[in-house]
Amino acid sequence: MTTLYAILLYVATLIFVLGLAYRIYEYASVPAPLKIPTMPAPLTRKGVVLRILGEVVLFQSLFRSNKWIWLFGMMFHLALWVVLLRHLRYFIEPVWTWVVLVQPLGKYASFVLFIGLVGLLIRRIVVERIRYISNPSDYLLLILLLVIGSSGAMMTFVKHTDIVQLKAFILSVMYLELFHWQPLPLDMPLLIHLAAVISLMIIFPFSKLLHAPGVFFSPTRNQVDNAREHRHVARWAIEKFETSST
Amino acid sequence: MAKVNFETPAFRPYPLIPALQPDVMKGEGPFVAKPNMQEPLGYPGELLDNWQEVAIAKMGELLKKYRSFRVFLDACVKCGACTDKCHYLLGTADPKNMPVARQDLLRQVYRRYFTWGGKLFPNLVGAQDLTKEVLDDWYNYYHQCSQCRRCSVFCPYGIDTAEISMAAREIMDCVGKGQKYCNEIIGKVYKIGNNLGLPEPALRDTLAGLEEDIKLDTDVDVRLPLNEAGAEILVVTPSADFFAEPHIDGLVGYAKVFHQAGISWTLSSHASEAANFGMFIGSYDNMRRVALRIREAALDLKVKRIVFGECGHAWRVAYSFLNTLAGPFDFLDQRYPIPQHICEFTYDLIQRGALKLDKSANDHRRITFHDSCNVARASRMGNIPGGQFIIPRAIIKATCNYYYDMPADTIHDQTFCCGGGGGLLTDDLMELRVKGALPRMEALKQVVDNYGVTHMAAICAICKSQFTKVLPFYGFRLDQIVSVHQLVSDAIILK
Ligand code: HEM
Ligand code: SF4
Ligand code: SF4
Repeated sequence: MTTLYAILLYVATLIFVLGLAYRIYEYASVPAPLKIPTMPAPLTRKGVVLRILGEVVLFQSLFRSNKWIWLFGMMFHLALWVVLLRHLRYFIEPVWTWVVLVQPLGKYASFVLFIGLVGLLIRRIVVERIRYISNPSDYLLLILLLVIGSSGAMMTFVKHTDIVQLKAFILSVMYLELFHWQPLPLDMPLLIHLAAVISLMIIFPFSKLLHAPGVFFSPTRNQVDNAREHRHVARWAIEKFETSST
Repeated sequence: MAKVNFETPAFRPYPLIPALQPDVMKGEGPFVAKPNMQEPLGYPGELLDNWQEVAIAKMGELLKKYRSFRVFLDACVKCGACTDKCHYLLGTADPKNMPVARQDLLRQVYRRYFTWGGKLFPNLVGAQDLTKEVLDDWYNYYHQCSQCRRCSVFCPYGIDTAEISMAAREIMDCVGKGQKYCNEIIGKVYKIGNNLGLPEPALRDTLAGLEEDIKLDTDVDVRLPLNEAGAEILVVTPSADFFAEPHIDGLVGYAKVFHQAGISWTLSSHASEAANFGMFIGSYDNMRRVALRIREAALDLKVKRIVFGECGHAWRVAYSFLNTLAGPFDFLDQRYPIPQHICEFTYDLIQRGALKLDKSANDHRRITFHDSCNVARASRMGNIPGGQFIIPRAIIKATCNYYYDMPADTIHDQTFCCGGGGGLLTDDLMELRVKGALPRMEALKQVVDNYGVTHMAAICAICKSQFTKVLPFYGFRLDQIVSVHQLVSDAIILK
């Protein structure tokens, strides 16, 4: 079991990192040939950074459009970050002080995460319009995240796992102690938790989870409103029409 | 009011989101372009035998050329925030008029041919083969999008269904299934110089007639010059300004403003059209070709500035794309914005006190203002973000005593489309146009009831034509829509 999970973790990490890197490369290399910011848009780069930050941190546009989705989405994503930070303690030794400090808070983040996800799932099932646009994959992804969240919370609140042993396993995987990995504690919640996380990592670069890098590359949000002052031409357009300067 | 075989939607007591009615707007879509309308634009005349192959190849090409297309197809999380934001969904209740569902018509095919998930597990991720039924849905529902960008305001990733619609129309054009209305018009621009096919002599006559009218009205010689080389300003305006009501009153307004400012100006018969339908069909090539006429006219007439008349999408192309498509404009006077909007021009004069305006001349009107989508969400005026909302209102307030805004969630960047933008202003789409106007008509009704508003002013040729047609369906009079520069025209005191 230890070997299987260790190998799967390597495979998943590889797919996640390479897949995501390739997607980001792709997004970065496809040009935006026209200026299409959704107006009113910032007039400066700095303004654009603030606009994107507003979208990433506060989900500004979503707040304007739908308070319920915003609320549940915010609960889920915020809690996700807190939980992820909390997980850092499994990967670093010695554990940084601030990671220790978020632990008590992080413990309850899983409830927030859970409520957020359940809220989103219920809306997806109950609201006719959202049900209409949902594919099986949209439900499954939420369920997968719920599985991750609930199996994780199980370990925190119900059936504790041998954390010291787990950490030894993780560090041995991280430091590439190939085939000399420390044994993984064989608890059901942990095995489920890890299997679900591995699936999520593999799915990530091939699914709508690409919204996370996508939000930074969206031309309607990341362009400066300066079309009259600065000429903006894509390379392919220059090549095709032999326009002279940029 | 034309005879029709559909029902005008009733005003809703509250802005409830309608229950979905699948397929109510299913149909054949607008008239298909004939071969002689396709070919001048560089498209095949009829649906190709291998259309499927060509369509997928074209999609692949667009994925490499447009980041918007690429990112938007991947990034949507189906959160549903956009589902109630489209005026066509609100007016028709057809679920395929929800922005995300409209995108999905293309996304399902993208997933099938360009993503692993769709290749391996099509049912899981809702991927679809590109069949004839899918193509028919594309044609029908991508011509039920006015490319107004309202959905993009509300999407957490700014996904702009207009971009997807444009790409879809470009793909359909490339397989030989173009829309008659848009493609015929672009052909006319190439052949004659404007959307209406109005040749130079007719244009000259019209302008002379207008000069006479103004003289009769005001006893002042206000000129509307055509092709006058050496003028300071080239004015490019939608050709509807030359003959349609209330557009033409706006044109008279521009003429009076230039007269008053004492600046020489001219129209051009080569570029006698501000509209650029190349944008509606998502064709960079055609949009560029149409835009280049303006550059050529400016060079030929040796003008120093370019000013655009009241037209929404034309202003988008002018403001956001002209520099890209037809620039650089280093031969023009760099002290002025290139290009400039007529409202910016008039506003500057008002600010400097250079226009004498008698507001009481408009006292028989109580005005509200319709923000046109392409001006509101795809361009700017002035030098601060949101100037496009401030400047036209400032002009109206300088020319009228009674001004009232429609509800806040229906104006500025949340404005509702008139229902006829994006290449849909054609009689074969009348039902869609009437139904799509519902949210705007409801907002208008509110200010009519609450403040006794009598007229709605606009700065877009398409909006004006559309409202003239649809206002009567909702119990208003067709002449309740006015041009902003018509208000200026009526208030200005000429010397
Ligand atoms: C830059 C970071 C991210 C931003 C700005 C972001 C933003 C958003 C927003 C605005 C939504 C729509 C609202 C909602 O349904 O919650 C959303 C949905 C979603 N996000 Fe993220 N997200 C980010 C990272 C992530 C990550 C790392 C995950 C993965 C585990 C994730 C998983 C999801 C899922 C599953 C949904 C869909 C929820 C549903 O089905 O309704 N997001 N995201
Ligand atoms: S708001 Fe954006 S992400 Fe959400 S469903 Fe609509 S297009 Fe997709
Ligand atoms: S661009 Fe406008 S018409 Fe098109 S889907 Fe979005 S809201 Fe609807």
